[in-house]
Amino acid sequence: MAKIRKGVTLTLRLIALAATVVAVVIMVTSKETARVLNLTFTAKFTHTPAFKYYVVAEAIAGLYTVLALLLASKSLLSRLTLILDLVVAMLLTSSISAALAIAQVGKQGNSHAGWLPICGQVPHYCDKLVVSLVAGFVAALVYLLLLLYTLRAALSPVFAIKP
Amino acid sequence: MGRAEVVQKRQKAAIMALRVAALLATAAATIVMALNKETRTFVVGTVGTTPVTASVTAKFQHTPANVFFVIANAMASNHNLMMIGSDLFGLEFKGFKLPLVAVLDMLNAALLSAGVHGAAFMAQLAKNGNSHARWNEICDNFQGYCNRGGVAILAAYVGLLLRSASPWCPL
Repeated sequence: MAKIRKGVTLTLRLIALAATVVAVVIMVTSKETARVLNLTFTAKFTHTPAFKYYVVAEAIAGLYTVLALLLASKSLLSRLTLILDLVVAMLLTSSISAALAIAQVGKQGNSHAGWLPICGQVPHYCDKLVVSLVAGFVAALVYLLLLLYTLRAALSPVFAIKP
Repeated sequence: MGRAEVVQKRQKAAIMALRVAALLATAAATIVMALNKETRTFVVGTVGTTPVTASVTAKFQHTPANVFFVIANAMASNHNLMMIGSDLFGLEFKGFKLPLVAVLDMLNAALLSAGVHGAAFMAQLAKNGNSHARWNEICDNFQGYCNRGGVAILAAYVGLLLRSASPWCPL
């Protein structure tokens, strides 16, 4: 029983680690220059604070996942791991939400505010951003699943009914 | 009453106080953002001697991030209300219900954090614009809208912090 639990948490953490690494790497290496009427126009992730926050938050989550994988054997830290898992899950959901909010404006614009979409001019940048955001979303989802699983495992002595 | 009972009563009162404060914060955020609307009339030109005006409205529905903010805060307020109600009416959480409460707590915390941060970064974009993407800032024209939005986001942040504090107490 404990072996299955450890196997599931290990798998989930590895998937989350892979997703955060993919998100960070692809967003950092996404850069495109477009020429519109003799003006060069560069699109980088550093131009938007939301994407900078996204990269930093995913990097922190990735580092935490590595740490949690290395310290998985010690059972004394299981309560601390649960609390930090909650913090990191909230960090991940917040960063993906912020990045998606800005990316939605970039893709569809906002006619009420007079903001034009930019994806028409820098399509490759937008494609790479989509991949990175999907990876970030997967990381957030996997972390929420991990949290639910460890919480169920931690509270199973309280169960009167076996689920 | 023994000392352990007094301590437990104080702990329960503290948790209840945190939950009530979180409920007030998230409910305030929902209401302020949902009623956030500002209309400005601009003079566009003159026809003879009469000025031609155009009125522009800023509503929260114009931005999907703000819509998500309102929905997330409404759901978090609802959850807080349910928790307070169940504490007040003395419903016991035995067996299957206790993990369900913990799970719902976490899910609502994650939802609330996502809603708050999406709206916060959208507000930052509205306030500062983005020169690289040629997006103008809109807060200089719609100061009331931006101020009210900022207050709603701050209130929701307070609610988020208070709600993050409450799972730690039973653990």
